[in-house]
Amino acid sequence: MGWYVRSLGKRKIIEFMVLLLFVFFFLGPLLNLTLLAFSGKWQFPAMLPQVWSLEWWSFVLTQEEVLSSISLSFGIATIVTIASIVICIPAAYAFARIRFPLSRWFLFSFLLTNAFPKMGLYVSIAVLFYQVGLMNTLLGVVLIHIVNTLMFMTWIPAAAFKSIHLAQEESARDVGAGPFRVFWHVTLPMALPGILVASIFTFLSSLDEAQGTFLVGIPDFKTMPLVMYSIVEDYPSTAGAVFSIIMTLPTIVLLLAARRFVNADVMSSGFQMK
Amino acid sequence: MEQTIQLSISGLQKTYKSGEGVRDINLEIRKGELISLLGPSGCGKTTVLRTIGGFLSPDSGEVRIENQSILHLPPEKRPTAMVFQSYNLWPHMTVYENLAFGLKLRKTSRSEIRQKVEQVLKLVRLPGMEKKYPSQLSGGQQQRVAVARALLLEPKVLLLDEPFSALDAKLRMEMREELREIQAAGNLTMVFVTHDQEEALSISDRIVVMNSGRIEQVASPQDIYDQPNTLFVAQFIGRMNFLRGQAVGDRINVQSFGFHNEKGLRGEVTVAVRPEDIVMLHDESAGMGGTIRQVMVLGHYAEISIETPAGLTKVFLPREEARSLSTGSAVRIGITRVTAYSQSS
Ligand SMILES: Nc1ncnc2c1ncn2[C@@H]1O[C@H](COP(=O)(O)OP(=O)(O)O)[C@@H](O)[C@H]1O
Ligand SMILES: [Mg+2]
Repeated sequence: MGWYVRSLGKRKIIEFMVLLLFVFFFLGPLLNLTLLAFSGKWQFPAMLPQVWSLEWWSFVLTQEEVLSSISLSFGIATIVTIASIVICIPAAYAFARIRFPLSRWFLFSFLLTNAFPKMGLYVSIAVLFYQVGLMNTLLGVVLIHIVNTLMFMTWIPAAAFKSIHLAQEESARDVGAGPFRVFWHVTLPMALPGILVASIFTFLSSLDEAQGTFLVGIPDFKTMPLVMYSIVEDYPSTAGAVFSIIMTLPTIVLLLAARRFVNADVMSSGFQMK
Repeated sequence: MEQTIQLSISGLQKTYKSGEGVRDINLEIRKGELISLLGPSGCGKTTVLRTIGGFLSPDSGEVRIENQSILHLPPEKRPTAMVFQSYNLWPHMTVYENLAFGLKLRKTSRSEIRQKVEQVLKLVRLPGMEKKYPSQLSGGQQQRVAVARALLLEPKVLLLDEPFSALDAKLRMEMREELREIQAAGNLTMVFVTHDQEEALSISDRIVVMNSGRIEQVASPQDIYDQPNTLFVAQFIGRMNFLRGQAVGDRINVQSFGFHNEKGLRGEVTVAVRPEDIVMLHDESAGMGGTIRQVMVLGHYAEISIETPAGLTKVFLPREEARSLSTGSAVRIGITRVTAYSQSS
């Protein structure tokens, strides 16, 4: 064994240790969560649960509150994503193509909404919502989710639009396509990877949003993260584990789907200020 | 032979916010003619071309194709087609789709599109490339597809903005020869923008030399080379020697040489002499004396720099003849042809 370790060299050993640490910190909790979710009885010193069971799965999945929260969350996330696309894609195109005064500051202001302590922002928004009667409404919840998604839904597609050369749009004009056709047949398909990535982020961030929803959506809009809080409080940790997995599932599925479109380019160019 | 005017530009002016731009552009292009806009980078060639294509609207002036004004038309409605320097193609479409896009918009039938695409790909020497994506093509192939797409539109005027300038020298030469063939075979009217004088000289019927937003001269390549109108054109086109001379009466004097003063100039003048219009003399008493500064062998010929009382001149000689010459030796030269310019121009 000794000769093998020596033959690897220091660098490789360090790399290996780093990898181990990574696995421990990132996959460890997930693994633990999965084991916990399928356990019936698991007492301290044991490495694995003593009794396996699906009992908490059937419990969680038969809770009326859980089921309705899942469909509510997905419904809200869908609305938020569509609304963000409708609002942000034209804005992104404008940022990419039209030079107007302060455009840089507009982009920057989107970043600000993410830089402040969220709660402060939400509270001030909630005060406003209260005055106009948006508290405890679907519209209110959707709006507060959109506050979070503005930034990447504008920045990433704007970068995608910017990477399309003017000559490519002008060629399309030249062969006989009007401005709208050019956008539909050339600009949009070319920017689609960036738009898809941004949409997936938007969808996931909406699924995950808890603070803002808690503030403006209670008591009628109990989304998955909110139900999660009460489950963690009221039931044994196994129930929490089961629910966590249910919540993580869409994230994993969507990220895998996104991997096809996400490359370092789309991501890094999305966070440039030009 | 009187030919119809296909494209006419008159009094065209376009000034950008920066104050740069083009003015006083007047040009008539005949049907079937290949015209080059030639000039240094930034002189306004692209501005003129984009105005014809509809991507810029001029401050004043008129652009007519077949005697119809086209200025009110958006690019998609103009009977022109444009090939850009790069990024012509749409990367998410195959070569076939790139070519078919314009035809589909014109409601051409599917079978006709297929047939036309096949034909035009043969014409640009890319047969069978329909299914490839632009990223799978070389730079030269991409420009061929771009040319093909423009040809498919059967434009009344084809506009090309330095279409080959991103390609390497050998390919550039091939492509311009092919383009010239296609143009001649189809009797196409073309406006070709380039900053490469050799390219312009080799393919054009006429050359428009531009300098800082204005036209300096419009003439055939032969005339541009032999009779440059202005000092700028003389400097820009081909190799040229510039000597000091004096205009006295109807004579232009350069040392012991005398030439006819065609333009009626006066006083100090700049005399332009092509290297091929300078001859080496073996008679000790004839012509003008000089000292060899440098002998540079460039393949089958040599470039000789000679310091004379009228200024430094360069001469090209076959390599064999240059062999006997060495730096520092005294020679005598004769001048057969000159063009003179007043020094203020
Ligand atoms: N959109 C623009 N805004 C301001 N100035 C421009 C613009 N386009 C070109 N120019 C300037 O106008 C001049 C002519 O440009 P252009 O027609 O592109 O020259 P060329 O094609 O001969 O290199 C240049 O000095 C250029 O900097
Ligand atoms: Mg140009």
